[in-house]
Amino acid sequence: MSDDKEKQPDLAATVDRIAATIGLEIAAPHRQGVIDNFERIAALASLVMAFPLPDETEISQIFVP
Amino acid sequence: MSHPDGTALGIAAAIRSGRLSAARLAAQTLDAIEQRDGAYNCFTTITAERALREAGEIDRAVADGRDPGPLAGVPYAVKNLFDVAGVRTLAGSQINRDHKPAKVDATLVQRLRSAGGVLVGALNMDEYAYGFTTENTHYGATHNPHDPLRVAGGSSGGSAAAVAAGLVPLTLGSDTNGSIRLPAALCGIFGLKPTYGRLSRAGTASFVDSLDHVGPFATTVADLAAAYDALQGPDPADPVCSTRPAVFATPKLDHAVDHLRVAVADDYFARAGCEEALDAVATVARALGVTRTVTLPEAARARAAAFIITASEGANRHFADLKKRPGDFDPMTRDRLLAGALVPAAWYLQAQRFRRWFRDRVREIFREVDIILAPATPCAAPLIGQETMVLGGVEVPTRPNLGIFTQPISFIGLPVVAVPVRRPGALPLGVQIIAAPWREVDALCIARVLEQCGIVDGRPVS
Repeated sequence: MSDDKEKQPDLAATVDRIAATIGLEIAAPHRQGVIDNFERIAALASLVMAFPLPDETEISQIFVP
Repeated sequence: MSHPDGTALGIAAAIRSGRLSAARLAAQTLDAIEQRDGAYNCFTTITAERALREAGEIDRAVADGRDPGPLAGVPYAVKNLFDVAGVRTLAGSQINRDHKPAKVDATLVQRLRSAGGVLVGALNMDEYAYGFTTENTHYGATHNPHDPLRVAGGSSGGSAAAVAAGLVPLTLGSDTNGSIRLPAALCGIFGLKPTYGRLSRAGTASFVDSLDHVGPFATTVADLAAAYDALQGPDPADPVCSTRPAVFATPKLDHAVDHLRVAVADDYFARAGCEEALDAVATVARALGVTRTVTLPEAARARAAAFIITASEGANRHFADLKKRPGDFDPMTRDRLLAGALVPAAWYLQAQRFRRWFRDRVREIFREVDIILAPATPCAAPLIGQETMVLGGVEVPTRPNLGIFTQPISFIGLPVVAVPVRRPGALPLGVQIIAAPWREVDALCIARVLEQCGIVDGRPVS
């Protein structure tokens, strides 16, 4: 993403906010690693979220290929 | 291995005929593991007492004229996420050392035992199967038998390396995003990731329920098929396990394949890999006379969606321990699991819905073709500890990118045989023989043709 640097502070804040919401304490030595990984997931999520899925596309509860 | 052939079926034939003692072979196998595994670090547990007991039972069956099973006396081992009665199911973790030993064997271990197999131990893996390299901080890295400075691949690295090193002819592993296909390819042996739901996962430590598969590794296609046949069958203990009847591969292995329409995956699968990985696919395609190509649409998005589902479900599985004792996780997996616990529901659900969309598109492709060829890995085995690699001229982190070609395929549960392309003097590389859902036999038959014409070769390192 071209605006990685701009988004980084937001994602770091997002990590802190969600972690607090779900009661997950992230120790200071682990925090940057978690933020790095969350950024990687967020970049991939942007690919998935940008795809226009038809309304009728449902998830499978137990997936059958 | 004392048997000159060294294959599972060769051993079983010798034992069934009384030419070889299962107990003697088990003892020799245990000795070989003790003497040679130090160089590879495949095994985390040796089940010597059990192996000798099971082998004795096989010898008694032979002596009594009873059928000892199609895999009579064959030494095998399992990734340490399979339950083995009396053994702690580590799943590559330190945390699970606190668990009680398993009371009963996993379903697939029970099935191999019924087929005559002799369990000799449990094998190293990435912690909780979350990795592609088997660089496990708690139990050490597994070394690639073709070059001990390099990774064996993962997460079933111990399973692949034990077979490639010739310690055992048969192992079991699991594959969520490539964890059978990738180490099979990097270690130069055969691996089968069956259709999602084909083989029971009951009694295995789950990683990502939506994507987890289990399957065998072997040095020949016939051994792979024999193991697969022994493992099949419905199992109510795994809600995902199909009630479809077994489709045995062994009787069909030498059937003609002329009717199978084969194509090479292009686009995403032809762009990111290094030249030699693409050459491996071209070699297989040439041998099969294949010129047709096919495009799996949105494969990059499929990989992205698999990544999100993995992060979210994998983290949720370990959420309690992530809260209570994060310091006890392997640093190689901890930060990824913590990040996965934070994935918003919108991302996860969209990834699951996209999975359905992608499955439907690929189903349409399988109306036109029967087999799709794709690289198993973007490159040969990286060095242990190698942080980055160059793909398509771009430097990328090594570990998450080893699975770029396997993730879109397991995402929709397609059956795949990973075949080791013969490359004398060079590190092994694998090709994915991808079949339509429930058509494992098609992929095995193609693998058999390639093996018979010498294009692929899974023999262990000498």
